[in-house]
Amino acid sequence: MNNKLGKQTLQFLNTPQIIGSFSIVGEKEGKGPMAKWFDMILEEDTFGEKTWEKSESKMLKQAILSALQKSGRDKEDIDTILSGDLINQIMSSSFMARDLSIPFLGLYGACSTMTESLILGSVLIDGGYAKNVITGASSHYCTAERQFRMPLEHGNQRPPSAQWTTTAAGAAVISDHDKPIEIFNGKEANKIYVTHATIGKIIDTGIKDANQMGAAMAPAAVDTIITHLNDTGRTPDFYDVIISGDLGFIGKDIAKDLISGLGADIEKKFDDCGAMMFNLDQDTHGGGSGCGCSASIFMGYVIKEMKAGNINNALILSTGALLSTISSQQGESIPGIAHAVALTTKNKN
Amino acid sequence: MNNQEEKQNQKQKEKVAKHYEDYAKQFTPKPKYFLNCLKAFIVGGLICVLALYIQNLLINRGLDEKTSGAFITVILICSAQFLTGIGVFDSIAKFAGAGVIVPITGFANSMVAPAIEYKKEGIVLGVGAKLFSLAGPVLVCGIFVSTIIGIVYYFII
Amino acid sequence: MEYLYAFLIGGIICIIGQIIMDTTKLTAPRILVLFVVSGAILTCLGLYEPIVNLAKNGATVPLPGFGYSLAKGAMEGASNDGFLGAITGAVKNTAAGITAAVAFGYLIAILFSPKSKR
Repeated sequence: MNNKLGKQTLQFLNTPQIIGSFSIVGEKEGKGPMAKWFDMILEEDTFGEKTWEKSESKMLKQAILSALQKSGRDKEDIDTILSGDLINQIMSSSFMARDLSIPFLGLYGACSTMTESLILGSVLIDGGYAKNVITGASSHYCTAERQFRMPLEHGNQRPPSAQWTTTAAGAAVISDHDKPIEIFNGKEANKIYVTHATIGKIIDTGIKDANQMGAAMAPAAVDTIITHLNDTGRTPDFYDVIISGDLGFIGKDIAKDLISGLGADIEKKFDDCGAMMFNLDQDTHGGGSGCGCSASIFMGYVIKEMKAGNINNALILSTGALLSTISSQQGESIPGIAHAVALTTKNKN
Repeated sequence: MNNQEEKQNQKQKEKVAKHYEDYAKQFTPKPKYFLNCLKAFIVGGLICVLALYIQNLLINRGLDEKTSGAFITVILICSAQFLTGIGVFDSIAKFAGAGVIVPITGFANSMVAPAIEYKKEGIVLGVGAKLFSLAGPVLVCGIFVSTIIGIVYYFII
Repeated sequence: MEYLYAFLIGGIICIIGQIIMDTTKLTAPRILVLFVVSGAILTCLGLYEPIVNLAKNGATVPLPGFGYSLAKGAMEGASNDGFLGAITGAVKNTAAGITAAVAFGYLIAILFSPKSKR
C-alpha cells in the first residue's frame, strides 16, 4: 500500500496512536464555554512566574509532563519532543525543553503549530524512527500581544475584527504501540489513531491588516480541507466533525461561505476553535487565536469526545498566519497556512 | 518579456487582493461610528474643560498664562501616566477612544505603556529604551518639523 | 463662554481622531505623529493661533496643541533670539511637558508592573 495520497496527503499505515493528552488554559479561557473540557485552568495568568515568557514556558511544560503521565510511559521512553509557540526564536518551547534532557525539535508554524507537530510526530512513529514522541504547542496573551501588537497598558480600541490571543497550551503523546486499557467516564476509552495528514500550502490572498487574521487564514483552511477530501477520496460525510484552528468568528463565516460555494455539505460539521473558545460577552471581538487555541481544544474537547465515543472520525486543522512584526511594517500581506490531521477511533487492522 | 509577465502577475494579485478584501468586509462587523464619536467628543471635551478650569484657578492665584499652561500640561501628563501605571488607563481608553488618546494624555500613556511592559529586560535597555518606542516618533517628527519651521521663519523675517 | 468653546473645539478634535481610528488602519503612533505635525504646520500657516485664542485649552490640550507649542516656540525663538533661537525655541517652549513625560514616566514604569487583561 502507498503511504502518500495525491500530492499533499500522508497515509499512516502503522497506525500511530495518541495515548495521552493534556490541555491547560488561562483564567479568561477558563470562563468560556469550553471550560469543562480542559484538564487544568490557571487561577492566574502568571502561573507564579516573574515574566510572561516564563509563565508560557511553564504552561507548556506542565501540558507536556501531564500528557506524559497520562500516557503511562516514562520520560526515558520518549524519543523526541516536538513543540512550538509564537514568541521570537520559539523561546517558550526551547526553554521548556531546557532541563528535560529529551531530544527536542522546535517548530514554528505560527498558530498552525499543533497539527504541524502532530503530523511530524506521526511521521516519526510511522516510519519507525521513534517509539514514543510528545507533541505540543502554546501561546500566551501577554507574550504575544506585546510582540505582535501593542503593549498591554497602551490605551487603544481594538477593531471588531481583532482576535484575542489565547492563553493556553496542549500536548499529546503519540506512540507506536497500545497502552493498557484506559477507563474514561466509567467505561473503556476508545483508542485514538492518526490515519492521515494533509500538509497545507501557503495561501496569500493579499490581506495586509494584522487585525483581519481570520480572513487571511480562511482560504488556506478551505484549500487544505478540499485537498484532503480529494486526496483521500473521502466525502465530508466520513467525518463527524471538521474543526479549524483559530479563524475566529469572521474567519469561520468566510470559510463556511467558501465551502458552501463549492457544494460540499459540511457546513453543519464545521466549527472553529477560535469561535468556540470564548463567549460573545467576553469582549474578545473576533474570537480566539494563537497556537494554544487549537492545541487546547483539540487536546481537550476533541480527544475527550473521541475517547467517550461521541466522535469517531475527526478532521482537525490548525491554521496559521505566518506574519512577523517586520513583514507587517514593510507592508507585506499575510501568508495563511493550514495543516490537517485525520483522527479515528476505529482501527482498520 | 519576463519582466512584463511579472508585472502582469503582480497586477492580477492586487486585483485578487482587492476583491477578497471587499468580500471579507461583508463578514466584518462595523465599528459603532456614531457612539464612538459621541464618547470621544464628550470625554475629550470634558478633559479640555477641566484643564481650562484648573488653569483659571492657577491664574487667579497670580500665575501668568504661560506658566499656568505648562503646569496644566505637567498635571495632565502625570495623571495619565499614573493611571497607566495602576492599569486603569487602557480601560478608560477602551471606552473613550480618541477622547483620551488625542489629548496629551494619549501621548503620556504611549510612553509609559511600552516601558512598563519591558521592565524585566532591565531599567536601561528595557524601560529606558522602550519609553520612546511609541512616543519617540512623535517627538522626532514634531521637533524636526518645528525646527524647519523655525529656520524658515528666521530667513523670511 | 470660553468653557463652551473649549468643550466644543476639544471635542471636535477628538472626533476627528476617532474617525481616523475607526475608518483607517493607521496605528496609534502614526495618528499621534499626524496630529502633532499637522498642529505644527497649521501654526506655521497662522491657522491654529485663532483657534487657540477662541478655545484656549480646548485647542492646546489635544495633540495638535503640542505641535502648536513646538512651532510657536521655534517661531518666537527665531524672531527674538535669531538663528540659535530658531533651533532651541521649539524644545524650550515644550520643555516642561517633555521633561515631565520622560522623568515621571520613567519613575512610573519602574514602580508599577503590567497587569494581565481579562
